[in-house]
Amino acid sequence: MTDKPVLPMTKRDLLTLIGKTAGASAMYMAMSSLGAAHASPFKGPIKLDGDVKGASVLILGAGVAGMVAALELRRAGYKVQVLEYNDRVGGRSWTLKGGDSFTELGGATQTCQFSPGNYINPGPWRIPHHHHGLMHYCHELGVALEPFMQLNYSAYCHNTKAFGGKPQRYATIQADYYGHVSELLAKAVNQQALGDALTKEDGEILLQSLKNWGALDKDYRYVKGPASSDRRGWDKRPTGGLDAAPIPSEPLSIETVLRSGLWRNVSGSLNFDHHNAIFQPVGGMEQIAKGFERKVGDLVRLNSKVTGIRQDAKGVTVAYTDTKTGAKMTAKADYCLCTIPLSVLSPIEMNVGPELAAAIHAVPYRPGLKVGLEFKRRFWEQDEQIYGGITTTDLPISQISYPSSNYGSPGPGVLLAAYSSGAYAYEYTTLSPEERVARTLEWGSQIHPQYNEEYMNGISVGWHRVPWTLGCFGIWTEESREQHYKNLCQIDGRILLAGEHASYVGGWQEGGITSSLDAIGRLHQKIVAA
Amino acid sequence: MNKHSIFLVLSAMIAAVTVGSQSLAQRGDADSASANAPPTARSGDADGAFVSASKFSEPDGEKLYKRVCAGCHMPDAKGATGAGTYPALARNRKLAAAGYPAYVVLHGLNGMPPVGQMMTDQQVADVINYVRTHFGNTYKDAVTAADVKSTR
Repeated sequence: MTDKPVLPMTKRDLLTLIGKTAGASAMYMAMSSLGAAHASPFKGPIKLDGDVKGASVLILGAGVAGMVAALELRRAGYKVQVLEYNDRVGGRSWTLKGGDSFTELGGATQTCQFSPGNYINPGPWRIPHHHHGLMHYCHELGVALEPFMQLNYSAYCHNTKAFGGKPQRYATIQADYYGHVSELLAKAVNQQALGDALTKEDGEILLQSLKNWGALDKDYRYVKGPASSDRRGWDKRPTGGLDAAPIPSEPLSIETVLRSGLWRNVSGSLNFDHHNAIFQPVGGMEQIAKGFERKVGDLVRLNSKVTGIRQDAKGVTVAYTDTKTGAKMTAKADYCLCTIPLSVLSPIEMNVGPELAAAIHAVPYRPGLKVGLEFKRRFWEQDEQIYGGITTTDLPISQISYPSSNYGSPGPGVLLAAYSSGAYAYEYTTLSPEERVARTLEWGSQIHPQYNEEYMNGISVGWHRVPWTLGCFGIWTEESREQHYKNLCQIDGRILLAGEHASYVGGWQEGGITSSLDAIGRLHQKIVAA
Repeated sequence: MNKHSIFLVLSAMIAAVTVGSQSLAQRGDADSASANAPPTARSGDADGAFVSASKFSEPDGEKLYKRVCAGCHMPDAKGATGAGTYPALARNRKLAAAGYPAYVVLHGLNGMPPVGQMMTDQQVADVINYVRTHFGNTYKDAVTAADVKSTR
């Protein structure tokens, strides 16, 4: 053993993780007993009853927030028109597949070379079961869902500074981390080190639970044997036949687990938004956009760049430019629902009150970058038995997500080979698309050396270079929420806003949908009551 | 368990980890050895990029501009326009008062995140000084790290 820890873990680090675990489960138990964890602001299909008095609504943006409003407002009897900048509907609900092309700010155009059936979702890519609003519309629109493999125990935890950079299976790290923590806590109970925190009887129950949770032996030790190997994996797995007897594996020491830093990688799926069941649309997230398009595509005018929004006593006038012809146009309606991302909206001229104007200017947009790589064969399945799920790493790629469909097909297959955020995402974004792919190959091959032999092609989306969002999604802080959130959501005369930026579910489609339903519900009440 | 007892259990776990690790060190030594082998840490790129996910490590203004700011404002600092717009920093009169770009880099503006939060005071000063003396900007009064610190 070296004296100097490779990755020293402070008490604070450990507290953070344990606190996160205990805090989340304690909170969940408390919430469940009140029925709150399964509740949702979405109360089923919105009912917009009453006389809409022939009113018209102009919707800006044909992402999920705009499209759900178009669907429900037309259903309620409103005259609806939608203006969309892109040449397609869906906004960030978007899929890149073979033949699709994408031009980023700066002018670089990439055309996706993926084989038929392969794709990446540059934006949202998964749908938690409790995102009831989005689930409702998937069902109504006939969007087929399939399970998204969020947590795969055979995927890797990887840290360039641990195990000589060799990736470790998730199952191994989680089992050894839980096992050692259980053993230590059992020791503390047995040595009466917890003082009066627990009664003797509750201490006994805790010991039993630790044996169960940590796969401890009869003496409350986490040691080599069938119990630990059933969690972390065997040196030789049990099979059938003459020499079938299994050989248990040796657990890592607690120091190894702690110093590796890989305990950080086992907390990712604890978040409520990542719990099973979690889904993806069959064929890519664009299936949601296509579903809405089937219902209300006739209301959408594509290739329309909004340049000004003006309201007066009679209605709202929106100036826009046809991006194909350059023609300057206007659209008028009684009311306007604006779902344009705030990063795009903030410089657009718009006569709203000072509170709403300040809110529109108060939300910065998060960096984010994804890279999809296509390979000749699905080596992660064929060589490493990884069927879906996510490998996490401290490399700038941050994660590798394996496809959650077409298991066992020979290939070609596509990996989401980078999903980067923070400082790395800014730095990645400054590279050319070719350089991004080259770096992604270089980094990913440290985890999967097969990259070098099997690579076919790749495509990248750096969200700050996306011309119609200028970033991934809105960043709120406690302070900005306090100061601006309600002002952002209030109806300002004849104008109101919706989108993920007007929600507490930032970056998720559920935020856009519930925000939009709430907005049109309030607008409808105002119109009916007028 | 109430909050108080949860805290006690967690405190005990921390203490147990600290004490218990000594007696556990013998087990799994082969693997421990490999975990603590000389690290293969990437030191990132030569220009300081890709060193850390939580901070920028580019050592001077030019490198910071190229590897951070250029993502939006573009390598020629002329900005870009799609549905929305990134303003040009080239020949930008708003850079005349050095306090303004310092404030924007530290606190963000509209959709722009406060990227200076992931830079040192010196890095913020360096990148502002670089932009204010390049791309057609000729503002000679340099910003210091101390100026940045007072704006942070």
